[in-house]
Amino acid sequence: MAYVAVKGGERAIDNAHAWLAEERRGDPALPDLTLPQLREQLGRAVDRAMAEGSLYDPDLGALAVKQAQGDLIEAAFLLRAYRTTLPRFAHSRPIDTAAMQVERRISAVFKDLPGGQVLGPTYDYTHRLLDFALAAGGPVPPAPRTDTPVEAMPRVSDILRAEGMMETDAPSEAEPGDLTREPLSFPAERDVRLQALARGDEGFLLGLGYSTQRGYGGSHPFAGEIRMGEVTVEIEPPELGFAIEIGDLVVTECQMVNQFKGSKTVPPQFTRGYGLVFGFSERKAMAMALVDRAMRAEELGEDVTAPAQNVEFVLYHSDNIEATGFVEHLKLPHYVDFQSELQNLRRLRAEVERARDRPAPALVDGDTDTPTTASQAGSLP
Amino acid sequence: MSGDLSPGFADPVTEAQACFRAVLDAMARPGRLHTLGGVTPPPPLGVASAAVLLTLVDHETPLWLDDGLRAAQPWLAFHCGAAVVADPRAAAYAVATDLGELGRFHPGTHEMPETAATLILQVAGFGSGRRLRLSGPGLRAPASFAVAGLPDDFIAQWHANRTQFPCGVDLILCAGDQLAALPRSVTIEEG
Amino acid sequence: MMGYNFAYLDEQTKRMIRRALLKAVAIPGHQVPFGSREMPLPYGWGTGGIQVTASVLGQQDVLKVIDQGADDTTNAVSIRRFFARTAGVRTTTHTAAATVIQTRHRIPETKLRDDQIIVYQVPQPEPLFRLEPSRVETRRMHGLADYGLMHVKLYEDIARYGQISISYDYPVMVNGRYLMSPSPIPSFDNPKMDRMPALQLFGAGREKRIYAIPPWTEVRSLDFEDHPFRPINAPHPCGLCGATDSYLDEVVTDDHGGRLFVCSDTDHCAERRAAGHVGTDGVKEAAE
Repeated sequence: MAYVAVKGGERAIDNAHAWLAEERRGDPALPDLTLPQLREQLGRAVDRAMAEGSLYDPDLGALAVKQAQGDLIEAAFLLRAYRTTLPRFAHSRPIDTAAMQVERRISAVFKDLPGGQVLGPTYDYTHRLLDFALAAGGPVPPAPRTDTPVEAMPRVSDILRAEGMMETDAPSEAEPGDLTREPLSFPAERDVRLQALARGDEGFLLGLGYSTQRGYGGSHPFAGEIRMGEVTVEIEPPELGFAIEIGDLVVTECQMVNQFKGSKTVPPQFTRGYGLVFGFSERKAMAMALVDRAMRAEELGEDVTAPAQNVEFVLYHSDNIEATGFVEHLKLPHYVDFQSELQNLRRLRAEVERARDRPAPALVDGDTDTPTTASQAGSLP
Repeated sequence: MSGDLSPGFADPVTEAQACFRAVLDAMARPGRLHTLGGVTPPPPLGVASAAVLLTLVDHETPLWLDDGLRAAQPWLAFHCGAAVVADPRAAAYAVATDLGELGRFHPGTHEMPETAATLILQVAGFGSGRRLRLSGPGLRAPASFAVAGLPDDFIAQWHANRTQFPCGVDLILCAGDQLAALPRSVTIEEG
Repeated sequence: MMGYNFAYLDEQTKRMIRRALLKAVAIPGHQVPFGSREMPLPYGWGTGGIQVTASVLGQQDVLKVIDQGADDTTNAVSIRRFFARTAGVRTTTHTAAATVIQTRHRIPETKLRDDQIIVYQVPQPEPLFRLEPSRVETRRMHGLADYGLMHVKLYEDIARYGQISISYDYPVMVNGRYLMSPSPIPSFDNPKMDRMPALQLFGAGREKRIYAIPPWTEVRSLDFEDHPFRPINAPHPCGLCGATDSYLDEVVTDDHGGRLFVCSDTDHCAERRAAGHVGTDGVKEAAE
């Protein structure tokens, strides 16, 4: 049999893409999904793609989810690769979550508080029973509404701070870091850590946050407050000298209240773990807040023993675009390296065979065959 | 505004790429000459220095100019958006008509030697003047290199720069439209 | 390509990468952190190499892209297409005709020239990562040129196996100062790096590092006087072209032990065959 080298990579790629497009479309007898349908009806998926893709645009998020056939890491990747080509026109002012148009706001630490507990559109108390009525489709009756004007909703962290019970974050005018422009360096400050967590993989943060609750770097958290709703984004063009609104975004914010025993200079008080995520993403915001607090261990004089407290470990492994690329790159050809390993292993095994066949036991060990001098060629300083 | 400023690159994408390749080759092969063009900078800023600045400098790179080049500041601010700094030690890129003390620029740290400054030094010319003998990475064999307009203590200053490797300042020499580079890794002796 | 800059990257990004490249050349073997961008290809698939190539490439260039030594492996095809689309540059499979060569895992057999640039895709730029996973620690070690860990690892290999057991990504010392990963090339290719006339650039996109070896720079594979560096290759000639000095791929031809060894460098093999060289399996092919 004659050997013919594998050729035609180009055609194989084209064919694979054509097949993929066909499979993505599915049965052509069924109506094609529209982006508004995805945006409206698969909102949590779009939110996750936007959060991990670091790009807030529900229409593009819906396109990414559609293009990725619902693979949300792939969708986030599409958004990231698009985002990186966009010009930067301005920097926004910090968003004010105290002024949020709240859809949901709960506190696990006070039974009642100004603004009240607002359950909002949550799955929390749904019984997880498959809803066959939903499978059948049909109209959804409108949810009851109230005309009661919405009270102001101060943040629980501010309420505690007013009493001196909560640590105060020193305001800073320093320009926040940006991981998308500058590579990570250590020690990584909290601004950069929070950015990494906000873009980080929900599953990874969930596992890490969970590990802190099971004793791997625990910090006795209480869910001080979780709020979700719309906030306004403002920029302040230098030529105007005042802020203008450029749009709104939906975010979920979680403030974990954690015990802190105090130190020589600071009396015992509560410390904060903070989570903020695009869209409705309570699980992610809560996990983020747990991990944020865990990563503050060194700053707060706690022992750094657990994975969630290891800043370098968390930050280098939380990005699912990086992680998926590198894990999946193992499917690329590694013929060359595998071949060198094969030859190496054959050589090593042949050595062992030879040694076995020799009359005297001469299998090498540290005492009989040790390198003595570093040669000129490979000398290590 | 730009009304009284001479133009920068006519085709920034292509010309910056060509200029970069020249600088990359110069840095990779110390002492090799390249000729650049495409800009008409305000004197005393030379053509080669100006092209290098347009290619590499922007608002992310603090730029320092010596007194002889202050006149070029508006041109550079307009074409590069460069942030000009007063402290030479804060500069990522520096341009000088006179070497002065090489030690005034940031040499980087042992863990981050890449944070060292790049100095663009305008000299009188190549091929005549001070003869230097270059050796090190980028050179197949020690090479001879002549530069006019270097100060007397250049070799001593360079020796001090070279001995702190991997720290040290990288030098791009420019004369008119010609350019050559001396990365910190090169050893320089009297030639 | 509509809507994108020449070679995809915006000029601001190219400037940032170009600055990093110049520093990398000035400090041979040192890993320079850079603001690696998110590319439209996955991390681990050559995003670092692509960013470096995009930053050096011009309209006059002729680009060759190889993966595993071959121009027609799918990832090489994909990257070559990316540049053909975004930069409109000429591409080639002939090593000698290329001005810029982007590679994954191999160095071409044809000797590279002084007017060529080779860009390596690097998955893991840190040569010490298997011994010390913290990059804070390894950066400190590079700063101090403290490579005792690697020394101990090689020493233990010899104590255990009687030889150094690394067969690819074999660590090198660059210009006597920096311990460097040559990228996962087979150790067979390591000697080609030493005093290579071409400029060697390395891009690690996910790890956000760039490094370089200027031409004619000393690159030495770590070894000991009594255990000198030995590159590894299959002890066969190429079945197609008969070459005895090229790195070989092993092809499984049947399920009862049949093997064929052929040049991994497809351009090298094709040129040899075109010049009339025939291996044992090549003869068979011609006879059928």
